[in-house]
Amino acid sequence: MSTGRSLIEKVWQSHVVPGADGELDLLYIDLHLIHEASSPQAFDGLRLAGRRVRRPDLTLAVEDHNVPTHSVVITDLMSKQQVETLRRNCDQYAIELFRLGDSRQGIVHVVAPEQGLIHPGMTVICGDSHTSTHGAFGALAFGVGTSDVEHVLATQTLPLSPPRTMAVEFVGDLPADVTSKDLMLTLIAHIGANGAHGHIIEYRGQVIERISMEGRMTICNMSTEAGARAGMIAPDELTYRYLQGRPGAPKGAAWDEALAYWKTLGSDADSIFDRTVTIDVTTLTPFVTWGTNPGQAVPIDERVPDPASFSDVRERAAAERSLNYMNLVPGTRMDSVDIDTVFVGSCTNGRIEDLRAAAAVLRNRKVADGVRMLVVPGSMEVRQQAEAERLHEVFLDAGAEWRLSGCSMCLGMNPDRLTGTKRCASTSNRNYEGRQGPQARTHLVSPAVAAATAVTGRLTRSSQLSATGAS
Amino acid sequence: MKPLTKHRGRGVALRRSEVDTDQIIPAEYCKRLTKSGYADALFAAWRKDSHFVLNRPEYVDASILVAGHNFGTGSSREHAVWALRDWGFVVVIATSFGDIFLRNAFKNGLLAIELPNSAIVELTDLVEAAPLVEIIVDLIDVQISAGEHNYGFTVDERARWLLLNGFDEIATTLENNSAISAYEQTRLPWMPSIRPSLPVSAGNLPGEVSS
Repeated sequence: MSTGRSLIEKVWQSHVVPGADGELDLLYIDLHLIHEASSPQAFDGLRLAGRRVRRPDLTLAVEDHNVPTHSVVITDLMSKQQVETLRRNCDQYAIELFRLGDSRQGIVHVVAPEQGLIHPGMTVICGDSHTSTHGAFGALAFGVGTSDVEHVLATQTLPLSPPRTMAVEFVGDLPADVTSKDLMLTLIAHIGANGAHGHIIEYRGQVIERISMEGRMTICNMSTEAGARAGMIAPDELTYRYLQGRPGAPKGAAWDEALAYWKTLGSDADSIFDRTVTIDVTTLTPFVTWGTNPGQAVPIDERVPDPASFSDVRERAAAERSLNYMNLVPGTRMDSVDIDTVFVGSCTNGRIEDLRAAAAVLRNRKVADGVRMLVVPGSMEVRQQAEAERLHEVFLDAGAEWRLSGCSMCLGMNPDRLTGTKRCASTSNRNYEGRQGPQARTHLVSPAVAAATAVTGRLTRSSQLSATGAS
Repeated sequence: MKPLTKHRGRGVALRRSEVDTDQIIPAEYCKRLTKSGYADALFAAWRKDSHFVLNRPEYVDASILVAGHNFGTGSSREHAVWALRDWGFVVVIATSFGDIFLRNAFKNGLLAIELPNSAIVELTDLVEAAPLVEIIVDLIDVQISAGEHNYGFTVDERARWLLLNGFDEIATTLENNSAISAYEQTRLPWMPSIRPSLPVSAGNLPGEVSS
């Protein structure tokens, strides 16, 4: 008898188009998410070749990368043109579009799950590397470039080589202030920013089973920062509970049928992975990046590493370069580093649970003098939910800015950008040189650390804050 | 796309690892709507430094870029490939590439080749010592020759076939149209299907009342 199959293999194999020519697998795509920044050239390509959109009914567009979050009016001419181009394309090809100002608008990777459009066992692509987010539902979801966007618009398929598989098992008991974000920063620091290259990761183990859907989305979202093609988590009761009743979820008899199918998707006990990484979480602390890639991270109460401590020549050179850019001195304690700006938001940490975590820390506290804090809900639905819970009052009372939804300060494209050498504690996913503005310095953190940092004006563990009181 | 079989050119080495696509082209330049005309945006931030290698006259004609590991990591922006191509690069050689970058490269006729670190070190030393040395990249024989060095390499077979012939990948896939249609008949019936709907106003938002 053959060995069992993993979640990854089950979803992959069920989407290979039988009888298609070619040495690669032709994978059928169940849902294609598009946004304004990576799609204009794809639609142009279609028009040039005289092709149609094969399945507009499997395509959803959202305006997110290039929109302001302080107003629904786009003043930047190029941004406006890009958004208007998306509107024209969606209009021409009858594709559903959530525009700026629509109550369903937001970051594409926050919007699609909350609309119930991501089901276990589906394939999902988007011209955005953080498409891996949707793996939290047991879907196979990955980012592609514009040529592949065009390919999927035209054919609803992609030719792909089968992936290698990697199991990441988090074991032990998760300490109270250690979040999904910290788990991923730990993992990436452990295996490197390209450590999962060519693999699809399945996150497993008791720690994962206890993490909420929002937390699981944060984990799968960051898979791309580990170099993985995708990240997945087997669906369970939490997944089904999240989905049930959402607009895109199956209803009535279809729900029961779907549920029975979803329950068959988990990895068989005897399934084999090409690689397994196990991380004991019991002694973990919140993590923070010190460098210019997400793998350059340490526990927040540790120190900026000395490049000389890296045995690998390339890593040493990279560390020197990073520290120079970040203007940090080896040996400095991370929790003594002063911060100018705090950003809470993004497809990594812009969901309701993230806002709750930040608000819990900020309640009855103030953002430190001289620190600017932006809170940008991941979607307008998240914003509405937060306002229903009066979280926005906590943010506003503390002195933070309460924004509309969009990718915002994650990527330095829309008006939310850092100027000069500002240093930012950010709940986003990338700390690359210039990511948040041409000379900006980014420290990736969890929402709780971001909020605590806003209060003290320096990188701060939230549990430290309760011990010392607001400063 | 023009077929790519053999390329002769000069090299330039970055001496950097983990070059993410935000460095290759900052997000600001990704507001453009075109698929070409990105040469000005290539390494825009780094090129402000007059000592940056691409600013040096001896490398102005280089068409083969040599980098460290994980080149093109990060954002899926295909603009990174368009910028490299528009600058004049035909080949990028690194120890490893970001997964999406690698796919994007082949789709635009940019040949991305993985070589072991020892070869990257040799090539880097070579192009730094002798900027004018001719490097020949042969996609038919999958061989690189540079000065006294010769390296075999492997690329994804399908990518190689598409590059060698300059085929349009979408046209190739559409030859399987009936197989795709047959698969569609077997899809699970409860999977999401989306129709255009009327906008749902999120209420009175800042800026909404036009001034």
